[in-house]
Amino acid sequence: MQTDIYRVNVGPIHPSTHGGLHAEAVMDGEIIQDVIVHLGYVHRSVEKIAESRTYQQFVPYTARLDYLATNLPVLGYCQTVEKLLGIEVPERAEYIRVIMAELSRIASHQIAIAATGIDLGATTGLMYGMRDRERIMNIFEMTGGQRLLSSYIRIGGVAADIPDDFIPAVRSFVNDVPQMIDEYNGLMTGNEIWAARMQGVGILNPEDAVKYGVTGPNLRASGIAYDIRKAEPYGIYDRLDFDIPTGSRGDSLDRWTVRIEEVRQSGRIIGQALDNLPEGEIIARVPKTLKPDPGKDIYHRIESAKGELGYYIVSDGGNKPYRLHVRAPSFINLMVLPLVCRGGVFQDIITNIATLDPILGESDR
Amino acid sequence: MQEFNLEQMVQNLEEQIGDKLRTVRDQFFIVLNIDKSELRSLMFKLRDDYGFNHLANLSSVDYGEEFELVYHLYSIPANDKICVKTRVVRNSAEVDSLIEIWSTADWQEREVYDLMGIKFKGHPNLIRVLLPDDFEGHPLRKDFVMGGR
Repeated sequence: MQTDIYRVNVGPIHPSTHGGLHAEAVMDGEIIQDVIVHLGYVHRSVEKIAESRTYQQFVPYTARLDYLATNLPVLGYCQTVEKLLGIEVPERAEYIRVIMAELSRIASHQIAIAATGIDLGATTGLMYGMRDRERIMNIFEMTGGQRLLSSYIRIGGVAADIPDDFIPAVRSFVNDVPQMIDEYNGLMTGNEIWAARMQGVGILNPEDAVKYGVTGPNLRASGIAYDIRKAEPYGIYDRLDFDIPTGSRGDSLDRWTVRIEEVRQSGRIIGQALDNLPEGEIIARVPKTLKPDPGKDIYHRIESAKGELGYYIVSDGGNKPYRLHVRAPSFINLMVLPLVCRGGVFQDIITNIATLDPILGESDR
Repeated sequence: MQEFNLEQMVQNLEEQIGDKLRTVRDQFFIVLNIDKSELRSLMFKLRDDYGFNHLANLSSVDYGEEFELVYHLYSIPANDKICVKTRVVRNSAEVDSLIEIWSTADWQEREVYDLMGIKFKGHPNLIRVLLPDDFEGHPLRKDFVMGGR
């Protein structure tokens, strides 16, 4: 029988693409021959904007990179500038930052959990994830006054001290984390249809994962226990006790279970940070005008919810970066989308986008 | 891959490559400044002989007469890091593609081409990645004229 190759566009306007992602699938019948990824639908030229903003003015722009884990890109940027200038962050601020960063990681993973649910037809899964995430949004509102795009972390520390009802709210959230995970697992992970849609779908072997620069939960799902919080600890992560969950098959189900386990580990980290939260200053004495030494450059990276988030900053001695580059994990993780989709069936594209968990604000910048 | 430390590695590389390699140690990285003609062979050595299997970051900086390409490499097994820099002149901005060495160079090089206008020799699909195909100019160049207000 004569057959033709045809092309199906997934996105850019479609809820299961998690933002403006356009994947052009080259189909041979039901089998995916190739996927061509078109990016740039939410490109704002953040790196160019950085060159005309002072170091402090740029902070809110970073919050809009990964808007589902808002504190993580801000933390990465502030730490890069602090390292560049040799600013010492007070202990109390370091602990608050860990709490905010790990809450952001949970918030991001809960979106991944919720969105994978609805993408695969488990609408209730969306509700469970979003319901629990709402509590984190309320905690963010307590600290920075903003729910989604918090610029609470600042160069030198955090913007304000935590209010009285913060610790009880975080404590009760952390205590409920194991129960939340049981619910997600009971509702979805153990489900037969769920397993059928996820198991063996979008396999990424460890060699390819490293070659393509994949980082974060996607790399760990392929069996490589690489986490920057352990490999190159920043802040106070070297004092905290947590495990690195890994997968063994590198398929969508592994990427899913790794994220769920990371929620549990983040809960553990927050618990320890709450136990040891010291009194004291919340922000270092930072000059109003920040002028790093001319000719100095720095690359600093953190483990964000999506993987290795790095900032490369070059200073010319002025109060604005001469050049700022964001190493966006989502941008680089998306490179393997064609690789993991090839040979699969059309519905696998949706599963793979969901479990690779890209965020387009970050990949397009 | 033999046992080594970074200082030993730098010494070996300096002996092998000679004056096309200039090493600078800053506060954060050992920086290997390499002539662009030796970039590919240096990168092959770093991956195959010294285990730098993770090309974490590729950025580019506009210094007027020259562009600088900055590569940040990590070794996942040995937990080492190193920075490699190379320069190209503005009016013939071209450098070897590293896609053969690390597949992750694919989109990262396309991004540098897209936003900074540096060409990568040997890249099989060097097209814009973030900006529309019919966009004129390369916005991260310092001489790019911004529209709007």
